[in-house]
Amino acid sequence: MTSMTVVTPGPFATVQDLGRRGYSRYGVGRSGAVDRTSFALANRLVGNAPEAAALEVTMGGLSVLAHHHLYVAVTGADACARVDGVLVGHHTAFVVEAGQILTLDTPTVGVRTYVAVRGGIGVDAVLGSRSTDTLAGLGPEVLRPGAVLPAGNLSGRFPSTDFAPVATPTAGHLTVDFRWGPRDSWFTADALSTLCAGDWRVDAASNRVGVRLQGPRMARARHEELPSEGVATGSIQVPPSGPIVFLDDHPVTGGYPVVGVVDRASLDRVAQVRPGQVIRFRPVDRTSRRRQHPERTRP
Amino acid sequence: MKFSPCGTHHLLVESDSLDEVLNCFATLESDPPEGVLDLLPAARTVLVEYDRDRTTYDALSSAIAGTQIRRRTDRGAPATEIPVRYDGEDVAFVQDFLGFTRDQLVEWHTGQTWRVAFTGFAPGFGYMVGDLEDRPVPRLEEPRVDVPAGAVALAGEFTGIYPRSSPGGWRIVGHTDAVLWDLRTEPPALLVPGGLVQFVEVP
Repeated sequence: MTSMTVVTPGPFATVQDLGRRGYSRYGVGRSGAVDRTSFALANRLVGNAPEAAALEVTMGGLSVLAHHHLYVAVTGADACARVDGVLVGHHTAFVVEAGQILTLDTPTVGVRTYVAVRGGIGVDAVLGSRSTDTLAGLGPEVLRPGAVLPAGNLSGRFPSTDFAPVATPTAGHLTVDFRWGPRDSWFTADALSTLCAGDWRVDAASNRVGVRLQGPRMARARHEELPSEGVATGSIQVPPSGPIVFLDDHPVTGGYPVVGVVDRASLDRVAQVRPGQVIRFRPVDRTSRRRQHPERTRP
Repeated sequence: MKFSPCGTHHLLVESDSLDEVLNCFATLESDPPEGVLDLLPAARTVLVEYDRDRTTYDALSSAIAGTQIRRRTDRGAPATEIPVRYDGEDVAFVQDFLGFTRDQLVEWHTGQTWRVAFTGFAPGFGYMVGDLEDRPVPRLEEPRVDVPAGAVALAGEFTGIYPRSSPGGWRIVGHTDAVLWDLRTEPPALLVPGGLVQFVEVP
């Protein structure tokens, strides 16, 4: 069995894939890579199926020792990947030979770097997924020094491309597309304008569960307690302490109103913003109040 | 029923009561409209995840609105028996709050069939409803740092069991050896939405 050993995991690194579906009713969310765009690109570059597991490395610092010939690609936040000290390209597939060490520096922009290995990371699946769910405490362990990861044991079609000239995460302001609802009517019209007009600064207490934002206060039109309800990934939940954009390890239910939901492509970029960076929200469904559907009553 | 969009892949169905939610959930689960991927019941809502290649928000909300929601009957349905030692740290508080003696508290907790309304908080944690609706039990002001797995507790209008050790602010009335979460079983949760639970006192 081909494998690699984690020499140092850096500040925080996990195995992720596309997550698990169908367990939300038992209290387990989807989980999976928080920047799906970069994750998908990494798998494509090495010819993996979209659901193959890869490493999600937060703030770089990873080094792994290959025990066999591995075909690897690195995407997401550019962390100056090196093989035995020699720079290899970002968004490029390359070979790491047995005995060589792949290292990542700390990225200067963005948060999460993806490392895909042709054949995938073959740790045991839990409830149909190899994703570590940090909130539910499910799936493979967070990477630790010395961890041996089965890697590259599956095979598929060989990739037709080995370089993808796509944009890396950016510094500065990020404009995020979202759609209103389900609970925009729980806020005042002023608060809804505030959401779209305000500068929302990313708080340091952000993680795979959600990105916490600081900014102007959003006044509620309804003040009663919201009975807990299911929340979608990308939901902008608004507790009194300030909005949270839920990433993939979010709780399956929440008791604060969700004013809108961020589109997946934008959410992938939200997953790469750093504390201190500013987010602006742009509604893509135009109407500042959700479309009203006729209420239907039952006998 | 009321429908609201939640982004591009989910819609929220809102009902007036928990009973309606459970009826809606059971009906949609046994006979899902085209394109439904997942259902998540909660206190007053069912969150529906759908496949955008197979349906749209408008088509799916119309389909759900046009579905004949069947009334569930609990008659004859088996209840999961949970053996409990009523030795929790908060027994005295809860019995005083509800105006019971210790024996009356146990009689009350074991003398009714509880229903799992929904799960959340942690994998396998079921929020169970029973005869508590008009007497919401206050949570601890300072949550405990470490509540053991199997702690049977009350808060608000719910009773629940901690599936694993975790921080928690519910009032603990007892402990059980029942396994609430087991990855080797399908489903891994002992308590599932709509399920019935019967507590039984053990020494």
